[in-house]
Amino acid sequence: MSPPESRPTTLYQKLSHQNTVKQIDAEHVLLYIDLHILNEYTSPQAFSGIRSAGRSVFCPEAALAIVDHVNPTRDTAVDDMQDKQAAEQIRYLTKNCAEFGIEMFGLGDPRRGIEHVVAPEQGFIQPGMVVACGDSHTTTYGAFGALGFGIGTSDVEHVLCTQTVVYKLLKNMKVEISGKLSAGATSKDLIMAVIAEVGAAGAVGQAIEFGGEAIKNLSMAGRMTLCNMAMECGARAALIAPDQKTLDYLKGRPRSPSQKTFQRASNYWRSLASDAGAEFDRVVMIDASDVPPLVTFGTSPDQSVAIDARIPDPSSARTQKERDSLISALAYMDLTPGTLMTDIRVDHVFIGSCTNSRLEDLRDVARVVNGRRVADGVRALIVPGSQEVKRRAEAEGLAKTFTDAGFEWRHSGCSMCLAMNDDVLPPGARCASSTNRNFEGRQGRGARTHLMSPAMAAAAAINGKLTDIRRLGAVR
Amino acid sequence: MISRPLKPISGVAAPLPGSNIDTDVIMPKQFLKTINRENLANGAFHDLRFDEAGKPRPDFVLNQSGYDQTVILVTGPNFGCGSSREHAVWGLMQLGIRAIIGSGYGGIFFDNAMKNGLLLVTLDEADVAVLLRTISNPATAQIDIDLGAQEIIGRDGFARRFQMNPYQKDLLQSGQDHIDRTLDALGDIKAFQLDRLTQFPWLTFNADAGTAPSL
Repeated sequence: MSPPESRPTTLYQKLSHQNTVKQIDAEHVLLYIDLHILNEYTSPQAFSGIRSAGRSVFCPEAALAIVDHVNPTRDTAVDDMQDKQAAEQIRYLTKNCAEFGIEMFGLGDPRRGIEHVVAPEQGFIQPGMVVACGDSHTTTYGAFGALGFGIGTSDVEHVLCTQTVVYKLLKNMKVEISGKLSAGATSKDLIMAVIAEVGAAGAVGQAIEFGGEAIKNLSMAGRMTLCNMAMECGARAALIAPDQKTLDYLKGRPRSPSQKTFQRASNYWRSLASDAGAEFDRVVMIDASDVPPLVTFGTSPDQSVAIDARIPDPSSARTQKERDSLISALAYMDLTPGTLMTDIRVDHVFIGSCTNSRLEDLRDVARVVNGRRVADGVRALIVPGSQEVKRRAEAEGLAKTFTDAGFEWRHSGCSMCLAMNDDVLPPGARCASSTNRNFEGRQGRGARTHLMSPAMAAAAAINGKLTDIRRLGAVR
Repeated sequence: MISRPLKPISGVAAPLPGSNIDTDVIMPKQFLKTINRENLANGAFHDLRFDEAGKPRPDFVLNQSGYDQTVILVTGPNFGCGSSREHAVWGLMQLGIRAIIGSGYGGIFFDNAMKNGLLLVTLDEADVAVLLRTISNPATAQIDIDLGAQEIIGRDGFARRFQMNPYQKDLLQSGQDHIDRTLDALGDIKAFQLDRLTQFPWLTFNADAGTAPSL
């Protein structure tokens, strides 16, 4: 199907239109999935469903399975799965992939890691693709101008059987970020600022396209952080038009197009952008130079303030709902209105997750940590996004910087971001975390999460309390 | 998955007015390490329903007298945001929840619910606020939902029509298997795939596998 010629269209409209097999009704299309990524925890029931219905996998070559959510990250534990339920999930994925002919990066594979780190790293994610995965942070792939979105297990089964989803078309939202990032602020702070601006539900039913000077200046890793966390304002898709940086990133990766076809693919990739004059349902403008390092204080990712600010007072909330949310969040977080953020002590620091665990993130952390020590009474973990990131960080000497400073240096995995493995916070713990969700109980029942950039989390580890990176020096 | 035609929904509704109740809260992580869909009722709202010792928390609405037979939840904005875990929907249904009425839902949660025959009704925030007040007393917490007429009847004269996408309504009412319905279009999908891989040959799966250097 080709888009209507007369009207300028958005990148989102082009991509969704391009993969439309057929229109179902005014709101829904049957959308073709170019690549389906599977993990061990949202796929088992889908495979069981296929078996019980006597169906087959329609196109196993278009799927890639990665173990990441439940595996331990300790050196000694990776090959010795004490957690029998987790071991069973991995065993079942292995069996399913073998039986249905699906490629899998299991625990023994040097390419393994967090799915949203590994798939781009290996060159699987390319501009113009539609990618589905049973994980909400599949929006990450928008950094490449690929339409990535999360699906539930029923849809995982649907994609396995049909290579499509029944897809509700989204509205178009533009987030234009002008200006340059100020010292100490990162792409994590940009997306946290966007989430605070539009709210946790502000982009439900929308695809966000990021544009503007600040986006152009972001590295691919920074763009992945941005698109990854767009999920936290409800966006079902996030997109950045491909540019030279995108092409440079893709060149020579194991699953990128070969030299033979790369030029042809590049020509197509360069064409992927919203037309001039394309209409957006909503436009949000942000000046990057106004964005300070941000930290969440509450239990929803939109509850953040500048690191040099104070905990907001619920009585100054604009609506009763907002007031109620703040009161309940502060009660869970055990925080008092008016407290300076930099007076909040932490006992745990976690640096990792599909949002912020790439090599560039770890370099940021190393710049902060270099020559310093993790504060007494603080347990600090660094979990690289992939084994490849781990190897490179070790080769560059970053890992030594971390371990010399007193950080635990782990194998890759989702780990304490959602605490499905044994990296769980104890009740009452307070954690500075480079992750994406500060939900109640997310990192452990009764544990409290403050979201921030990797560098800010590192600074918190050094000082034992939330810390303004701009006052610590060693800022890039 | 195989679903069943949605039967009329009638019963006690419980108020959960908080904003942004996420799927981590609806189904905490410790219940996700399973390879089947069963035994998730205990996990639904687990940390809100039970204290550390496993005793029911009296402050949680579903543990309160009059709400023990709840079949409908009336929720605050953005219910089911966050993680894609379909376990949240399975657990709610196993707990006896058959419908949710709220002003908006997380996108993936909405899709998951519809696939499983958990009816999600969207009303204006003002209407939800009225309903929340009505059901805050268990004596007036009875609600009837008529999917055919797209109507909610509560007590104290509460009656509202609601919007429902016809395709989704038909799937809920017919109980037809989602995959079967799509497999009717398998010919179209195959033709589409062939066109796409011809136009963009580098998308051919593993076309270059083994030829590229390792990282």
